[in-house]
Amino acid sequence: MTRRPYLMLVLILILVAFALWIDLSNQITITNPFNQTAFIQRNVSARLGLDLRGGLQTLLEADLPATASVSADDLNVARQILENRSNALGVSEVVMQVAPPRRIVAEFPGISNPDEVVASLQKTGLLEFVDMGTTPVADGTVIQTDFGLTSDTSATPTSTSTGSPTSQPTEGATPTAAPTETAATVYHTVMTGTALDSVSVTQSTTGQNQIAFKLKADTKQLFADYTGTHVNQYLAIVLDKTVISAPVISTKISDGAGVITGKFTVQSANALAIQLRYGSLPIPIKVVESRTVGPTLGQESVQRSLFAGLIGLLIVILFMGFYYRLPGVLADLALIVYALTSLMLFKIIPVVLTLPGIAGFILSIGMAVDANILIFERLKEELRAGRTLRQAIDLGWSRAWPSIRDSNFSTLITCGILYWFGNAFGASLVKGFSLTLALGVVVSLFTAISVTRTFLHVTLDNIKTAEHPRWFGL
Amino acid sequence: MNIIKNRYLFFGISLLVIIPGIIALLLWHLPLGIDFTGGSLLEVKFASGAPLTNAQVASMYVDFSKPGADLSNPIIQPLGTDSLSIRSKVMTDATKVEVVSAMQKLSGTDVTVLHFTQVSAAVGQEVATRAAGAVGLAAVVILLYITYAFRGVQHAFRYGTAAIIAMLHDVLVVVGVEAILGHFIGWEADSLFLTALLTVIGFSVHDTIVVFDRIRENSNRYKKISYEMLVNHSIVQTLDRSINTQLTVMITLLALALFGGLTIRHFVVILLVGVFSGTYSSIFNAAPILVVWENKEWRNWFRRKPVSAE
Repeated sequence: MTRRPYLMLVLILILVAFALWIDLSNQITITNPFNQTAFIQRNVSARLGLDLRGGLQTLLEADLPATASVSADDLNVARQILENRSNALGVSEVVMQVAPPRRIVAEFPGISNPDEVVASLQKTGLLEFVDMGTTPVADGTVIQTDFGLTSDTSATPTSTSTGSPTSQPTEGATPTAAPTETAATVYHTVMTGTALDSVSVTQSTTGQNQIAFKLKADTKQLFADYTGTHVNQYLAIVLDKTVISAPVISTKISDGAGVITGKFTVQSANALAIQLRYGSLPIPIKVVESRTVGPTLGQESVQRSLFAGLIGLLIVILFMGFYYRLPGVLADLALIVYALTSLMLFKIIPVVLTLPGIAGFILSIGMAVDANILIFERLKEELRAGRTLRQAIDLGWSRAWPSIRDSNFSTLITCGILYWFGNAFGASLVKGFSLTLALGVVVSLFTAISVTRTFLHVTLDNIKTAEHPRWFGL
Repeated sequence: MNIIKNRYLFFGISLLVIIPGIIALLLWHLPLGIDFTGGSLLEVKFASGAPLTNAQVASMYVDFSKPGADLSNPIIQPLGTDSLSIRSKVMTDATKVEVVSAMQKLSGTDVTVLHFTQVSAAVGQEVATRAAGAVGLAAVVILLYITYAFRGVQHAFRYGTAAIIAMLHDVLVVVGVEAILGHFIGWEADSLFLTALLTVIGFSVHDTIVVFDRIRENSNRYKKISYEMLVNHSIVQTLDRSINTQLTVMITLLALALFGGLTIRHFVVILLVGVFSGTYSSIFNAAPILVVWENKEWRNWFRRKPVSAE
């Protein structure tokens, strides 16, 4: 391939210098020489996966019957809302991805409060103001409302005339005694959380935590009219079908402002405010898988695997040097170029390094030398067949190429299938492994073929190898 | 060196490993982890260094069982001296919080969650189905690719098929070993096991192709010699390379297994077994199968020659 080994050598050296620069820095800045502004500024610190730095990974699924289809829009909106909620909870670097048709993968690296996060994600956050008529209702009661009623809830025989503003307190005499089984009645939803303009956590005069809200301009009038005609009736404030509080409407509320009271701690009030602020999820969500990794476990694993990788690399280098002599040493140099280049790519792309990812990388070191072994075995054969060294090198490369190509291509096929498999389940460990292995295969093709060959040609130009057949292990 | 001549010996050695594995599979089944069956895995560390007893944990799990969320009969294994690994049916994140604080109360020491995983049964089922699909898909795509890559050679399809048989050999070895180890030391097949298995498939085919490539090349060069000789010659020519490549891969894996930490040891050991099997099968199974096929040896009950002493 290369008839100009020196040009190639220069290019390789430039690559190595660049790779070293990236590998050793966490942040790169390239300044525009004309106006001294930052031209390119990128964070290239190594990204560690959840299994290495600790954190939480969850797989969320639309909590709908299996037959119901979930629109891509709904999933995307849900993802955005969940991301906003998590950010508001103080979690940084949240990664959320939609995994069609009905899942969302959420990763929270390095968080310390996984339980709180999981709890808050699952909440749909659907706030409803429900007309209870004259029926008093206890806090915590689960009720049915007519909001969002669709074909799949046909079990309720009660009439759900959505048009009627007043409710049907079927058994007005039944007081709060049966808190769990009020479900038979479907109550009318006056408005939902989308009507809220702003939400904040405040304290009542008695020191209770409460949530103050302001309505949007267009619902202000509706609310005023409603409260005006329903004085002395109950208006339940319902979150995800559970009654938070059910105050009596004492007067018409015309300024569109109010408070939600209930038994809130500062945290639960904040959590609710966050849910209200970012809106309710368009679809109910449940957690179908969650993985929590403590931070200490990961740290230890990184150090141990890197140590193992170094030992492996060292032994392979020694083996190649002893067995293949001069070409082996050159292949070792190419292997170092390989390691530096791969690491650079991991940092630039960036590839999130997981434990299996590191294992994939270390495995690819072993496979990277395979191409060189193939070539050198070929080289020896051609030398034994009496070819001159240069002929042997060229033949070695060209004859080994088909097997290198076909064998590596089949590895890439497996990587592709693994990646697809991992993607479908948010199995980032499997994904990480396939990605690093595939990158390793591609980079190793380049280093084993071009880099080693360039080194060999340059070396041959400068020493009289013909006098030293032992250097080639013959 | 005549590998082809002894091909039935080598097939026999393969069977010697595969048959116990299959028996283990039939007797004990492949121990599937929660990634495929659904369930929860909780790993906790006790700061005092003295974990709760198995009986204590088991009764605690019974206490936290709810209708529809049965947690009884958890599988409890020690993890080092100060930690426990507890496997049960699906436990929600909320229940986990309660369980951990109950452990803290009962043991009177700080309890840290090293690891908590819960996978719903439906997801597990789907992963298992999809995994089988992934292995099947890999086999088909590789078969197609090899048939395409060897299109210049007579009977290109045979090469693809032989490579797939060698690959299935490695899958059986790995799965069989996993079943045996699962029974005796409690390893469970999780998604990392699957990753290892798929890697082994890739490696196995990778290795087989190198040998086949030499047959492809030699068949254009030596027209006169018998197919048996041709295949044997090709195997011997690539033997150095096969062994050396295997050595380098095994060295790196061995380093990972010995120094790489507990979390990936299972994964790495399975890879080691698979890589060894992969090299073995490409030399001693894949190429000899081509000869068996060429001679159509099934016609005379797999005797090498019609007048064989057997």
